[in-house]
Amino acid sequence: MTGAATDVVRRALLALTLPVVLVATWWFATAGSTSFYWPPLADIATAFTETWTGERIAADVLPSLVRLTTGLAIAIVLGVAGGLLIGSSRVLRAVLEPPMELLRAIPPPVLVPVIMLFAGIGDGMKVAVIASGCVWPVLLNTVEGVRGVDPVLRETARSYRLGGARRVRVLLLRAASPQIMAGARQALAIGVILMVISEMFAATNGLGFTIVQFQRSFAIPQMWSGVILLGLIGVALSLLFKLVERRVLGWYHGLRAAQRKA
Amino acid sequence: MSASTPTLEAATAPPRSSSPPAPPVRRTRRPVPNAVLGTAGLLGFLLLLELVPRLGIVNPAYLPPFSEMVRALVTQAGDAVFWEALSATLRGWALGLAIALAAGVVVGVVLGSSTFLREATATTVEFLRPIPSVALIPVVVLLFGSSMTSTLLLVVYASFWQVLVQVVYGVQDIDPVAHETARSYRLSTWRRIRTVVWPTVMPYAMTGFRLAAAVALILEITGELIIGSPGLGRIIALAQSAGAVENMYALVLVTGLIGVAVNLLARAVERRALHWHPSIRGAAS
Repeated sequence: MTGAATDVVRRALLALTLPVVLVATWWFATAGSTSFYWPPLADIATAFTETWTGERIAADVLPSLVRLTTGLAIAIVLGVAGGLLIGSSRVLRAVLEPPMELLRAIPPPVLVPVIMLFAGIGDGMKVAVIASGCVWPVLLNTVEGVRGVDPVLRETARSYRLGGARRVRVLLLRAASPQIMAGARQALAIGVILMVISEMFAATNGLGFTIVQFQRSFAIPQMWSGVILLGLIGVALSLLFKLVERRVLGWYHGLRAAQRKA
Repeated sequence: MSASTPTLEAATAPPRSSSPPAPPVRRTRRPVPNAVLGTAGLLGFLLLLELVPRLGIVNPAYLPPFSEMVRALVTQAGDAVFWEALSATLRGWALGLAIALAAGVVVGVVLGSSTFLREATATTVEFLRPIPSVALIPVVVLLFGSSMTSTLLLVVYASFWQVLVQVVYGVQDIDPVAHETARSYRLSTWRRIRTVVWPTVMPYAMTGFRLAAAVALILEITGELIIGSPGLGRIIALAQSAGAVENMYALVLVTGLIGVAVNLLARAVERRALHWHPSIRGAAS
């Protein structure tokens, strides 16, 4: 009992020491700072609570997050649907591979000026940018996942005459889900980048827009607080994704663990 | 494009070779080779890009026909501005990637070799890694203005984590027996790293390199586009604000081709560096 308890304490210490030391170093190194660019961390903390509570949450943070989730959702639906279709046919795969290789290789940020032509600078543009940048990892991973379905499972499904929607749900989606989740994780990282830069490039609200405004008006503690907020959002989203993944792929991780033991 | 075909063929080879009666199947129904289908797909895509604006399905002011893009590209290829931007982009990408790779491998081997260090840094790494590197844009602009250094920092930050995480995994994957054997033979630290650690870590480092190469290009272009450091991203932004739509599309296509080249190069480097590794040897034979 005590052994387990000390182990928990040891782990907690190990996990927390370095972050605490780093933050403390930042805090004390800038404590009396008169440097314009590196304000004291205490000032940044004050600016953080003043800036990111109250109406800015509804005015800037929420719109950004809504665009991100909408864009990601569109990308995942399109990517999975397209991936199921393309992955199931050798001919389709061979025909579409070269154009897809080209389209996916275009760095997503250059889509911002392109899509601005079609969609202006409103919410639609940002959602379209996020969706068109995030669709590729999901699509290509789904194709690979569908292609790699265990032939025995495939034949079994055939013998049981599973067809149509049932075959997609029980066989294809299930078997491809580890890859789809891997694609979705990449898409999330790209989506956050696109959310921020589409707002930095042209917008009237949103996180990216506000942070650049702070930087241009030399509101330095506020700018730092925005950078920290973006960082926290990135971390929170990645934790959230891990939770979702553990739920969705619970069966898969269990299977893998069982195989490793055997 | 031709180089992407072998991988496809290699990937589809096992099922084909596993069905022994190959000749009769070929006689009855000869499948169209993937290379032909791929070429057809690419040509079809370009034709679509030409016809959609020509037929007025999409306003040509927003999406010029493919031939116009090519013409704009040829015109720009005669301009030194284009070549300077291209070389600035490639230089920034290569330098950032090299720094991230070196730092990621060194830090990764050090952190991975010690359980204590790994546990002590795990939370910090897990916290710093998902921070979107674009969040740093205001900070680097403030410190370095719209210089190449600003973009370089973004590139290094984003690609460093890709390499680091892979290398740390790789070091943990070292065969304990090989490790113990090296210790019994009293191999020096340097020799142990070279003969035991490195061969195990190499495939992981190469995966990290492949991922980092793509991420580095994305951040390089982002930096140029948003910060305005020299490169293709900046002249895309300039073409966009000047309303030179054909030029913009031509440059977007160029970034796509660079992306394809980066992916192919990364895959080729990986295959070359790991030619001894079972995963590559198996795929080649």
